[in-house]
Amino acid sequence: MTSPKRIGKIEFGLLSPKQIRDMSVCKVIWPDTYDDDGFPYPKGLMDPSLGVIDPGLRCKTCGQKQGDCPGHFGHIDLAKPVIHVGYTRLIRKLLRITCRDCGRLLLDKEEIEKFSALEDDPYSAETIGEKDVKKERVCPYCGEQQYKINFEKPTSFVEVISVVDENTGKTIKTEQKLTSADIRERLERITDDDLRLLGIDPDVARPEWAVLTVLPVPPVTVRPSIILENGQRSEDDLTHKLVDIIRINQRFRENQDAGAPQLIIEDLWELLQYHVTTYLDNEVAGCPPARHRSGRPLKTLSQRLKGKDGRFRGSLSGKRVNFSARTVISPDPNLSVGEVGVPLAIANEMSVPVRVTKQNIEDIRAMIRIGPHRPTLRDPCGANYVNRPDGRRIRLIAGPEGNCDTVAEMIEPGWKIDRQLRDGDIVLFNRQPSLHRMSIMSHRIKVMNGRTFRLNPAVCPPYNADFDGDEMNLHVPQTEEARAEAELLVAVQENILSPRFGAPIIGGLHDHISGIFILTNQTKWYTKSEFLYLLKYTKMDKMPEPGKIVDGVPYWSNKQAFSVILPKDVSMFYKATCCQNCNPCTKDSEAGCPNDAFVRIVDGELLCGTIDKKSVGAMDGAILNRIIRLHGTRRAREYIDDLTKLSIRAIMINGFSYGINDTDLGKNEHKQIRDVLDQAESDAAQKISIFEQGHLEPMPGRTPEETLELQLMSQLGKARDRTGDIASRHLGFENSSVVMAVSGARGSMLNMAQMAGCIGQQAVRGERLSRGYEDRTLPHFRRGDKGAGAHGFVRNSYKSGLTPTEFFFHAIGGREGLVDTAVRTSQSGYLQRRMINALQDLKVAYDGTVRSTGGKIIQFVYGEDGTDPAKSASGQPVDVKGIAESVLKEEI
Amino acid sequence: MAEKSLEEKVNAALEEAVIEEPVAEEVAEKKTRSKKAKKEEEVEQLSPIAQEILSWNLPKTLFVLTKNWAESKTEEELEELDLAHLHARIQRLIDENFPVSTTTDLVKILISKHDAGKEVTDEQFEEILARINREFQMTRVQPCEAVGINAAHSIGEPGTQMTMRTFHFAGVAEINVTLGLPRLIEIMDARKEPSTPTMTIFLDEDYRESRDKAREVSWKIEAAPLHEFGDIETDIAEMCVLVQVNKDVCKKRKIALSEVLAKAPQKIRDKRHYREFEVETDEVEGILKFIPKNEDSYQNLFQLAEHVRQVIVQGIDDIRRVVVRKENDEYILHTEGSNLKDVFEIEGVDCKRTKTNNIAEIASTLGIEAARAATIDEAYATLKEQGISVDRRHIMLVADIMCMDGEVKQIGRHGIAGEKESVLSRASFEVTVNHLLDAAIAHEFDELSGVTENVIVGQPIQLGTGDVKLMVRRVPPQ
Repeated sequence: MTSPKRIGKIEFGLLSPKQIRDMSVCKVIWPDTYDDDGFPYPKGLMDPSLGVIDPGLRCKTCGQKQGDCPGHFGHIDLAKPVIHVGYTRLIRKLLRITCRDCGRLLLDKEEIEKFSALEDDPYSAETIGEKDVKKERVCPYCGEQQYKINFEKPTSFVEVISVVDENTGKTIKTEQKLTSADIRERLERITDDDLRLLGIDPDVARPEWAVLTVLPVPPVTVRPSIILENGQRSEDDLTHKLVDIIRINQRFRENQDAGAPQLIIEDLWELLQYHVTTYLDNEVAGCPPARHRSGRPLKTLSQRLKGKDGRFRGSLSGKRVNFSARTVISPDPNLSVGEVGVPLAIANEMSVPVRVTKQNIEDIRAMIRIGPHRPTLRDPCGANYVNRPDGRRIRLIAGPEGNCDTVAEMIEPGWKIDRQLRDGDIVLFNRQPSLHRMSIMSHRIKVMNGRTFRLNPAVCPPYNADFDGDEMNLHVPQTEEARAEAELLVAVQENILSPRFGAPIIGGLHDHISGIFILTNQTKWYTKSEFLYLLKYTKMDKMPEPGKIVDGVPYWSNKQAFSVILPKDVSMFYKATCCQNCNPCTKDSEAGCPNDAFVRIVDGELLCGTIDKKSVGAMDGAILNRIIRLHGTRRAREYIDDLTKLSIRAIMINGFSYGINDTDLGKNEHKQIRDVLDQAESDAAQKISIFEQGHLEPMPGRTPEETLELQLMSQLGKARDRTGDIASRHLGFENSSVVMAVSGARGSMLNMAQMAGCIGQQAVRGERLSRGYEDRTLPHFRRGDKGAGAHGFVRNSYKSGLTPTEFFFHAIGGREGLVDTAVRTSQSGYLQRRMINALQDLKVAYDGTVRSTGGKIIQFVYGEDGTDPAKSASGQPVDVKGIAESVLKEEI
Repeated sequence: MAEKSLEEKVNAALEEAVIEEPVAEEVAEKKTRSKKAKKEEEVEQLSPIAQEILSWNLPKTLFVLTKNWAESKTEEELEELDLAHLHARIQRLIDENFPVSTTTDLVKILISKHDAGKEVTDEQFEEILARINREFQMTRVQPCEAVGINAAHSIGEPGTQMTMRTFHFAGVAEINVTLGLPRLIEIMDARKEPSTPTMTIFLDEDYRESRDKAREVSWKIEAAPLHEFGDIETDIAEMCVLVQVNKDVCKKRKIALSEVLAKAPQKIRDKRHYREFEVETDEVEGILKFIPKNEDSYQNLFQLAEHVRQVIVQGIDDIRRVVVRKENDEYILHTEGSNLKDVFEIEGVDCKRTKTNNIAEIASTLGIEAARAATIDEAYATLKEQGISVDRRHIMLVADIMCMDGEVKQIGRHGIAGEKESVLSRASFEVTVNHLLDAAIAHEFDELSGVTENVIVGQPIQLGTGDVKLMVRRVPPQ
């Protein structure tokens, strides 16, 4: 292993002109790149000593090949100094607070004293800002009168010289432009000691270096030219900009030498300043961006660093990796939650490095002989590459002309091969957006046919995945260390408990819940074959004793079937999701709960009660939570696997489907619903007429209009609910949607009411629809109509079908949801980014304090009690109730 | 060396904390001294059984729990009660040094089991204790845990599930409050003023019982413009604005007529910054006559009339509306608008419980610790209202880092993220180029201790398993 060297620290400073010249390998004077024959001009921007970008050539400076040569800087001597745009604000500040003559800070000793550090506290020193110095004062050192300095974007400075005319007593103001050379001179005069007071370290950053006299030319590796299909060379934006700079610089020098008039010199100077400015930053305010011939603004130095796709966020923080795969996901309930099905094509392509040892050399030979093409799932895995200790890499080629057999004979201990993936390999699995740590978990591979990744639907909640075309990524860890961490820290079973609230985030969903509800609700009896059918795929090792024997035929109860998958020491007592909150609760009576909603589990036996969302659902999972606490995560994973398999079998016994006729109601119900809606609409009309007569009593702090709206909303809402009640009275447990709603699998009674009864009031921002035409929502209504139908009340159901106006209103209401989602994702994404950036460096130190990596203490004890939320019992340090239930084996 | 300097820092920080303590104690003592006498009286009033329990020296919650339970018993039941046994058990729990909530939960269970006639046996009790001990050890947070990232994930991830709906009725149908994601962003941004400032004002014992008394307080708080106190006429012929203040209204609102008359012109000058008028006051009739200085301009007259109508003569300017509501057997005021300082000065307001959702205001009136608590409460309530459960510790960590330097700092460019030590970390967040340029001038160093910096240079980060430098092998004792 290579020694783990660390970069200690990175220092920041300015390059002095001397440093720039010292590190330069070439003074660039020629504004062109390549000549007609395709050779770089010497002393041009593509001078071979600046580095190599063409394969096969060697660098003139270091002699290395392309890829090894890091590139070398050159430089351009500027004819006259030019301001660095990034430092205009610094220069402005310095010009304003230092003397225009002697360069001293415009503060006397006593004033300076206020800013320097107190004796006992070196951190009490403050840096002097622009506001600390009064304008246009007299220098306390040399007595020179100071003048106002105006800054004009982007890079020019003007000194306003005001002189009092002795005759008239009026002040005459004359503006004098400061050239970069003047500015540089002034900056040179500032003393080192004064600079330190200003928070500038003169050892690495003399302010005059912010006025450039020499421009470093970045190596060609930084600005490679690309060869287009037609053989033409296309230069990088930076090169284009440098060409401009050199060209103007040359012209400037020629004019200067020839003694051109001041006006021309000034123009050229400004032009040079413009080119250097845009070379550094092409988005400066008050400066037209330099453009490419096509009209596209050039991407110069600053633009390369900035923003999401810039160097920092795009290239340095966002690393690209090998050994990764991506494809569509699809469900497979027969897999364990800790597994992932990987297509053979992917498994053949991806590899794990294996070191050849004396012990495994024969196995590895076999792999090499198989080579890169593993034909079927049943075949053992092959290998793709062989790496020799001298660093050479041999690609294995299949077939009669291939090298597999010869390479297989060559290998010896110490070599490494890249073995293909096989069942049981550990991989990282990820779905974007990766919003929390459960978005990347490690799974074990199961190689499969087909072209999609397969996963157990129970792991969908942490990834927030579904199967409507979602794609996911897979990464193969390449080192032992990585694999160990993947297995011990990142495995699915280790992430069942969410650190967000300390409860299981993985659990049954949708059909799992419907299935287990159908299985366990009330008491049912199964014959041996039925019982075995249910538990066929679970890890049951022994049949329990039959629950009853009738006429010599043994029967097992549905509760027994569920008890099989429970560990033997679980004791729990709680109300299930399907509890109707009856008053009084009859759970302790002789007959028990009429809905069978009170769950009693003693020693791993489900005595009564229905298993539903509360017991097994994702985010709830009361039983799963208890199992983790009693037996750890491994047993918990086995329980989930058994549960999903059992519940799928249970739902398959009778089948489970939903169709349009499941929303059918009787004649009687339809009449009732019609009556309720008629009544509601006439009530609304009555309210409106009261309002129009001005008799409506406003609610405190509300206008009559608002009061009317609120009352209508609640009244119509109630009417919708009542239609739902009518519908649900007609529908019972034989109706699938009722089963789903009551068990908590999916949907609610409200959804049902909307399908069978009435869709109800459509709303935008919590109010009835009101916008559209003048005083009305649609031209179908009279102006000023406040009635229910005119403001988005949909009295039809999804089944009966909507009228055209209703349909339109429904679309208005639906659109709000869509807009909402679109806005929300971007906002919450930014919030998340900021939160992570603010908190990422915090960790628990060995003394239990929370510190930033710099050592600052944030909390003395994490969370005031040192409890890890990921391990807590829904936030509590100890699950007292659970422990007491387990020990006492009775309800608390 | 690094280890040692760290240690020193901790010691220094600890010492600071110690130094502060006596000061806090002094203040607390002063407060308690006056109440001490009261307390002694209370002790005497306690029933004999309660006094006995008091002698056990329990933490407050436990004492209240056991006392209430014991006092609910009849005499005969008490006779049978084995108090000493219970005491011994509770003492065991206290000796184990469990968190208060754990102890309280367990005592509750013991009590309820006793009431149900199924006494927990000693064996079972020991078993429970052992299991609690084991679980307690298991749930300790481990060193090197990246708690910051956990907290950021836990608060950020549910953000995608939250609604955007800005307005919602929070308890009171009459008052709108920003909720959901916008409110969460507002809290994390540490805005100077929330988009919908609101207060929940609790009342003193003397006022909370009756609606009328509560209404009295609400009048002192709710900003009432002059036009609510009487008729305002603009006399174009005479070029003046006439206000006839209604004495009945003044009586009803419990404000002296003279106060209204004096306040109106003064407030127009001070708060509305309009001085172009003179005023004549008739104390007996309650008439105010406003005369604009510029007597020719109708525009001025109407301007003046508007100022006169809108000037606030009673209540606190920032509080636009007050709603009285009965909650949990007491009357509570909900307000639109917030001004903690002024509300505290109103008679009848219970300063201990009164709240505002303006965190910056809390920080300036009550101090940074109060602001921290408010941040936690507000964020927690916002998430909870959306049906999202997030562990309090995550929110605490966020609040702690926001309030660490004595002022509420934003999560973001102008706060924590912008003030980080590491140049690379700042540069990779926002305003990349400026950070680099400034770093060069100030000759900054990046020590590469944070996460982003190490990712950038491509070396292991100093968190979790990346932070472990030594492995220890335990040698069994010989």
